[in-house]
Amino acid sequence: MSILVYTETENGQLKKSAFEVASYAKAVADQLGEKAVAVTINAESTNELANYGIDKVLEVKNDKLAKFSADAYAETLKNAAKQEGSKVVVLSQSANAKYLAPLLAVDLEAGYASNVTELPQTDGGFTVKRTAFTNKAFNQTSIDTDVKIIGLSNNAFGLKENKSELEKIEFEAQVSDENFGINVESIDKNTDKVSIADAEIVVSGGRGLKGPENWGMIEELAEVLGAATACSKPVSDMGWRPHAEHVGQTGKPVASNLYIAIGISGAIQHLAGVSASKTKVVINNDDEAPFFKAADYGIVGDAFEVVPKLIEKLKEFKANNA
Amino acid sequence: MKILVCISHVPDTTSKINFTEDDTKFDTNGVQFVINPNDEFGLTRAMWFKEKQGASVDVVTVGGKDTEPTIRKALAIGADTAIRVDTEALEGFQVAKELAKVAKDGGYDLIIAGRESIDYNGGMVPGMLAKLIDANFINTCVSLEVDGDKATAVREIDGGKETLTSSLPLVIGGQKGLVEESDLKIPNMRGIMMARKKPLNVVEPVGANSQASTKKFEKPAPKGDIKMVDADNIDELIDLLHNEAKAI
Repeated sequence: MSILVYTETENGQLKKSAFEVASYAKAVADQLGEKAVAVTINAESTNELANYGIDKVLEVKNDKLAKFSADAYAETLKNAAKQEGSKVVVLSQSANAKYLAPLLAVDLEAGYASNVTELPQTDGGFTVKRTAFTNKAFNQTSIDTDVKIIGLSNNAFGLKENKSELEKIEFEAQVSDENFGINVESIDKNTDKVSIADAEIVVSGGRGLKGPENWGMIEELAEVLGAATACSKPVSDMGWRPHAEHVGQTGKPVASNLYIAIGISGAIQHLAGVSASKTKVVINNDDEAPFFKAADYGIVGDAFEVVPKLIEKLKEFKANNA
Repeated sequence: MKILVCISHVPDTTSKINFTEDDTKFDTNGVQFVINPNDEFGLTRAMWFKEKQGASVDVVTVGGKDTEPTIRKALAIGADTAIRVDTEALEGFQVAKELAKVAKDGGYDLIIAGRESIDYNGGMVPGMLAKLIDANFINTCVSLEVDGDKATAVREIDGGKETLTSSLPLVIGGQKGLVEESDLKIPNMRGIMMARKKPLNVVEPVGANSQASTKKFEKPAPKGDIKMVDADNIDELIDLLHNEAKAI
């Protein structure tokens, strides 16, 4: 028996979210008196998993898995879970993990709970707390199957350093042509910008910015902070910014450490989508904007004056704290 | 081409979320229900296929009689036939199994579901359904073309996009991008009149078991008071973010 965790890589390097799910898997393993076993696919090095309490890593090296395939990756994880007799499988909530999770759930006949925010309650059952209604509520969900899959919300648990003796084992993916029914024709990824899903900080602009030509300062602020850029729904609907930047209930959810909303009034759908962010800052010239009721820090002022000043001050701060 | 669009009956995005029966049930009192937005983008894309390439479009939901106005709306938008699996939707796996029966019986080429419902946000039904009927599956789909028996789809990935091709049958988890917000159709009077005459078939559930169950709902803790910073005192904001929030 063991707790299995899929630790994802990006260009061969373990992602930060991998260490978060590893930390979580270790805590679940301790709770249940089990070992924490990680699976990596084409990772260059797995050494760092020893900083987060992982006891064993199954290292998959397979050229066929060079590009993500939900079906083949799910098949690999299924085989790993079967070999390890895993009763709990922990996944992140990256786009890829969310894609493969339901396939794996059917394969393992496992109950799957997504958007989980806390450790499970395991006295006399197995109950997890997850967000529902786009963060407007939590849902205590009992998973009633023998094998359970947990999708851990980004940034919900954090990293927990925990030194361990890491045993490394080569693992055969055992995938076949049948697992590659879908062909990846091309990947268009912005490699010099952090994605909203992976970002620690998100800088978001709304209609108050008056037009797409004014996004330069948003991008500059994001650059200074190493942040991702995002936008409100009207901004994406009007075509000022790409859909991929739309955050909110029908767009992407945001669970960053810091969310800075500039010229966004704060419609209920937007607030729900970003409410999982730990610290929220609002800059708006309308002191009645609903966002002021949902934020931690607020500035009432003209974005075109406040944001350039903020950029200058942050540059000074970064220079002094480098 | 035979298309099935899976529709979830969900509270409107502006709904106040409350619970009853000792916080174990969603309080539907005064709540307006709608077609799940992610499903509506898919339905509208299905209508595009029907108009431009020729296709039949069935819609299906799993739920009680109270969900019928929602699937009637899909008929008013232009779907040909509605199917309601007559059982309460309890959780994702149970719903996927009920849909799998309808999907198999109908022999569809393309099945479009939303990437997640905006109520439970489970994000599991489309993938589970695909696996259960042994069809290919593409999630977070923002563009879909079909040429003969080959589909080309664009999937949103973290920080970019991926173009994929697949044979049919195919299940997709759709979202905005499949069509634009401005493409969404409000049913006109003619559509509403016609929808009354279109078949709405109520089918018996297979009685799929649940793998998970909601024990309790909770509301988030009330938000603490906001700290206001003067627009001329940006240093204070930076100090708060650094020393108090530890966010920078």
